[in-house]
Amino acid sequence: MNDPRSQLLALVIGIVVFLVIATVIGQVLQRRLSPDRTNAGIENLNARIFAWWVMVALLGIAFIAGRAGVIALFAFCSFAALREFVTLTRTRRADHWALAAAFFVVLPIQYYLVATDWYGLYAIFIPVYAFLLMPIVAVLRGDTERFLDRVAEVQWALMICVFCVSHVPALLTLQIPGYEGRNVLLIAFLVIVVQMSDVLQYVWGKIFGRHKIAPKLSPSKTVEGFVGGVASATLIGAALWWITPFSPLQAGLMALVITLMGFFGGLVMSAIKRDRGVKDWGHIVEGHGGLIDRLDSVIFSAPIFFHIVRYGWSLT
Amino acid sequence: MTTIENSQPPGGKTSGALLRAMAAPVASALILLFARAVTAVRAVWSNDGPPTRQCVYFANHSSHGDFILIWTVLPPRLRGMTRPVAGAEYWLRSWLTRFIGRDVFNAVLIERERATRTEDPIDRMAQTLDGGASLILFPEGTRNQGDDPLLPFKSGIYHLARSRPDIEFVPVWISNLNRVMPKGEFVPVPLICTVSFGRPLRLRDGETKEPFLDRARSALLSLSPHAGEIP
Repeated sequence: MNDPRSQLLALVIGIVVFLVIATVIGQVLQRRLSPDRTNAGIENLNARIFAWWVMVALLGIAFIAGRAGVIALFAFCSFAALREFVTLTRTRRADHWALAAAFFVVLPIQYYLVATDWYGLYAIFIPVYAFLLMPIVAVLRGDTERFLDRVAEVQWALMICVFCVSHVPALLTLQIPGYEGRNVLLIAFLVIVVQMSDVLQYVWGKIFGRHKIAPKLSPSKTVEGFVGGVASATLIGAALWWITPFSPLQAGLMALVITLMGFFGGLVMSAIKRDRGVKDWGHIVEGHGGLIDRLDSVIFSAPIFFHIVRYGWSLT
Repeated sequence: MTTIENSQPPGGKTSGALLRAMAAPVASALILLFARAVTAVRAVWSNDGPPTRQCVYFANHSSHGDFILIWTVLPPRLRGMTRPVAGAEYWLRSWLTRFIGRDVFNAVLIERERATRTEDPIDRMAQTLDGGASLILFPEGTRNQGDDPLLPFKSGIYHLARSRPDIEFVPVWISNLNRVMPKGEFVPVPLICTVSFGRPLRLRDGETKEPFLDRARSALLSLSPHAGEIP
């Protein structure tokens, strides 16, 4: 099972079988319990399963297209996420150049740096260069009203939607001895663990949930769901050690870090939505919320996962 | 046919017209794609769903792209029968705007300058309605670039309603497009836009100008996301 192709094939078959079973269960539940589509829980489950099919199809196409395909896919995700994020910011006319620069200069440069594997620059490009240059672009227009709020919001949008998201394809640039040609499986590991954690927290919460964990932020999240979801997603991560360069114990610990970051990332992003008075970030597919709603956990876990793997396993 | 429709350069009529007819669907597909890429535009219909009959859409106007967004979200069947009403002097100023305005959007080009015009805009809109088309109209008359959410309406919409009293008027609020491309900017910033459709209204028996304009304007304002909020 050390051949990258057979590993990827085994993983793809496993995922497709899982999704087929999930789809059948979802449809049966809908026929039985929500024939008129009024049961929010079942509709949410089916929306998730549908989103998974889309995710698997897109990731599958990108993996076949190789590194360029994966980078293009996540660059597009960054673009769509940034479009959703900036829509909710309270920018003014004077921010126009800075916003145009965020979309058409900063985003392409960040992904170009990832594509050319220039780690020394892409790790600091947005936190240092964009951080200093964007407020300069904004200040040249001379509008001081809520200036700090405005530049902070634009910087946050770039960090979340471009910097963090770009660390998913950056996993492909790591050079891990004995793991050559299989880096794409690190992306699969990250995405599977995050998605399993999200849905298992939901399932555990629905079945055993009693105590709300963050009533003001996310009324549906419970302590029972959190503990059960994190524990079971960690076990799933450990069971997937064979697609990673980690031992089973290390894979479990990685999955634990990923699920914790994902959970708290979800809370942070809900706090922003509540502040802006919206339920979803956008409507990328009608009734399925925005892209950021589907990506929030990945956004928070990707850079941390990247840096732990890079520190512990990579040569570069 | 009016003088505006026939103001093509002499000689280029047959081959030019064929070329334009072939290029128009391509240009239309590109404009739709571009509008969706930049704005991810989404329609919010009233409870009755998309209009099923011929009507006049009237919308707030803050950008040259306004009617493009309405046109983008309309289902293809409605889009094919919907013609924007636009100022002739803007859309006839170069071959490109002429091509986009006339061949792609099939705009009803009206002359705004009262002193020099050869035809009454209301007559022209009424005739277009008689031909079975729906119209997109901006009753503020000009692009709103100030801080007011909506300028006072010009009376044209009332005169149109009076000359064709059976036609329904559908209010359409376009939000965020003025942030995508504020006045004087040439690079659009991608932001999510929504186009909200309200319930149709119609001229009531004996309704005079001011009450009708007020009713139409408040129907439109009520669709704005900040209705009732202090700006």
